[in-house]
Amino acid sequence: MNLVRRFADFLFLAALLVALVGLFSGLSDHFWSLQTLNTVANRIPSLALAAIGMTFVLMAGGIDLSVGSISALAGAVFGWMVIDQGAPLPVAFAAALGAGLACGAFNGALVNWLRMPSFIVTLGVLEGARGLAYLATDSQTKYLGERLGFLQGTLPGVGLSTAFFLAVALMLISHFAITRTVFGRHVVAVGTNEEAARLAGLSPSRVRAAVFVLSGVLAALAGLCHVSRLGAADPNAGSGLELSAIAAAVIGGTSLMGGRGSMLSTFVGVLIIATLEAGLAHLGVSEPIKRVVTGAVIVGAVAAEALRTGWVTRRLNRAN
Amino acid sequence: MQPSRLELRGLQKAFGRNVVLRGLDLALAPGEIHALIGGNGAGKSTCSKIIAGLATRDGGEIKLDGVAFAPASRQEAQAAGVVMVLQELNVLPTLSVAENLFLDDLPARAGWIQRGRLARDAKAALARVGLSNLDPDRSASTLGVGQQQLVEIAAGLMKQCRVLILDEPTAALSGAEIRTLFALLRDLCAAGTSVLYISHRLEELAQMADRVSVLRDGQLVATLPATTPRDELIRLMAGALPAPAATTDARVHRGTPALQVCEVRSGSAVRGVSFKVAAGEIVGLGGLVGAGRTELLRAIFGADRRSAGEIFLGDDTRPFHPRSTRDAVRRGLAFVPEDRKQQGIFATLSVRANASVTRLPTRSSLPGWIDAAGERTGIAVLLEKLRVRHASMEQPIAQLSGGNQQKVVIGRWLQCPVRVWLLDEPTRGVDVGARQGIYDLLRGLAADGAAVLVASSDYEELAQLCDRVLVMSNGRLTAEFERAALEPEAFMAAAFAGFSGAETPFSS
Repeated sequence: MNLVRRFADFLFLAALLVALVGLFSGLSDHFWSLQTLNTVANRIPSLALAAIGMTFVLMAGGIDLSVGSISALAGAVFGWMVIDQGAPLPVAFAAALGAGLACGAFNGALVNWLRMPSFIVTLGVLEGARGLAYLATDSQTKYLGERLGFLQGTLPGVGLSTAFFLAVALMLISHFAITRTVFGRHVVAVGTNEEAARLAGLSPSRVRAAVFVLSGVLAALAGLCHVSRLGAADPNAGSGLELSAIAAAVIGGTSLMGGRGSMLSTFVGVLIIATLEAGLAHLGVSEPIKRVVTGAVIVGAVAAEALRTGWVTRRLNRAN
Repeated sequence: MQPSRLELRGLQKAFGRNVVLRGLDLALAPGEIHALIGGNGAGKSTCSKIIAGLATRDGGEIKLDGVAFAPASRQEAQAAGVVMVLQELNVLPTLSVAENLFLDDLPARAGWIQRGRLARDAKAALARVGLSNLDPDRSASTLGVGQQQLVEIAAGLMKQCRVLILDEPTAALSGAEIRTLFALLRDLCAAGTSVLYISHRLEELAQMADRVSVLRDGQLVATLPATTPRDELIRLMAGALPAPAATTDARVHRGTPALQVCEVRSGSAVRGVSFKVAAGEIVGLGGLVGAGRTELLRAIFGADRRSAGEIFLGDDTRPFHPRSTRDAVRRGLAFVPEDRKQQGIFATLSVRANASVTRLPTRSSLPGWIDAAGERTGIAVLLEKLRVRHASMEQPIAQLSGGNQQKVVIGRWLQCPVRVWLLDEPTRGVDVGARQGIYDLLRGLAADGAAVLVASSDYEELAQLCDRVLVMSNGRLTAEFERAALEPEAFMAAAFAGFSGAETPFSS
């Protein structure tokens, strides 16, 4: 029963995605092309990585507003290491991920030790990490050229980048981590009922620390993907990424109250947002209209979902 | 005999299958202070909530000054002059004292609060409860618990009051505050108000009440003069509580102590408690609601940090200081909380996930990965063994009955090597059939050598299940009974002992 319903949720999302693609193909002659597919696929990695981290945090009952700033900080650290310090690429890469890890650990520690709401803590880090990104780059964009080109290198035959496959691989791993590992089960338990989890001998503070660290590292990776695509480390990069990531997770049916969510659905949420962006750009819609439509789709998708599950539940209740 | 101010006749109330009031009669004379006493579940709170419009009745009638009275809400009862001061405090800490007092009727002109009038009226209301020194503009968050309680009472008194209901008002008050309150109640009665006064402190009744009504099992046992001796009141409250069932198996063989608790304190709820539980023994923890039993169990389990005292497990000579509940579980403790919905189950998750959460089987080849097949088989066996009635182990646990949910909450610990079981009201909201199943389960655990500590407000349960019963009252242990020596009157006396000035010393 549960499985059937979960599958139905997923089908509904997939149908929404197909409908969007169909709509844009109908409205624009050139939308249905390999080039569009490329455009969409190349936009995906950063958002997908941030949204995966966000789904972990949301499922554990928290929220992480700092991912956009962390992604910029990671890019900035990478640029500073390479350009200003002349560090070898692997070292700079590791340092950038380390910056993300440190920010995530900071988030987790503050939420645990000070028992502060994660909304506040990560709002602070949203500002703080952005500031550090400006400091690291001296508020300048650092041009890196092809130094992270390996992430953009395309696999032969398909036009999709390495970064895209990296994001898909991490999404699948995260999906299995949530559904098949002890850690994933603990995330769900803590997000569903923290006190019950604690009284069952689980450690909510460890779970929280882990999801924030994961989110921080994934955000840093998202930042590096962004750097590789632009060939530059921009301290302004990734602003608003946290909100797009939340939107993708929520469209995918992740509950802001914790306990409910799915990595696969989040990924479809990412695809929906990316398709929407590319499609609207194709139609030559102006930026203000783009934002209005995107907002409407986010709210509409969640509302339709709520109406649909409500309708199904009523039908089931009547059948019983 | 003058007509009654308030008269209850055949009042009935049930919550689901749990019948609380079974035809309760009660009569309040005008201008009297009428105390209401009884053990757990006697129906004191339910009956006063019905009178005050906070609950509905299933049957029976209420007359207020001879007129049929059926308040649909607290507001309606207050409009008729029936006011209840609630036991749990309703003071809003972010507002001032004056604003709290007049919250439902702030003096205002065109939506703007008239601060001068508010302060004047508040001052007058506070003076009536002996708080004339209290600044009405002070933030309510800075008040002590006793002062908050007095502010609540002041708020209750501002309405024109024919019947005032107080639920354990002196629990948080100091001696001087209690004297002020009693004097105030006397003044009110002289002015014609009737007071219904619920209390656990039998000593104070003679000082201030006119008559006492004893409730038991949702019925009136007797209404007596307040000067009735304390022992007589306890005898009436205990009534014909059943004698403990004869021990079928004479397993009084006490193993080595599995749990030793020495002078443990936790906040203000547990004030120095010592006892031992042997392996293979079921020990009951009885007492009135609010005696500190939940807090004691939580302190042992490490869910709350204890403020003093030591705990020893098994024959380990080092004291046990759990840093987390995880620590406690590793050392062989298991806890079943009282509030199943909020603290026991994961309502939206499957029966399977609820049952396996304490110990997930992992694959030997891939550490950290759940052995899904092993989990399903293990849980199927567990559910079968506990006879949990369920349609599918994938259905959300919230769809099961309370008794079956509880079987899962208890049963999930069977996957861990538990040596000390801590259960808080394990059969609350559990139907009779499932209840027997839980008793059998606990007896089986003890027979297998576990130490079992069960807090229960149900005397029959303690008598039926436990080898030994400890009684807790107001944060301390006041008595200990072997099962054969368990006796209702002495039990009731011990449950009330902690609330009196002269305490019954606990001898072990």
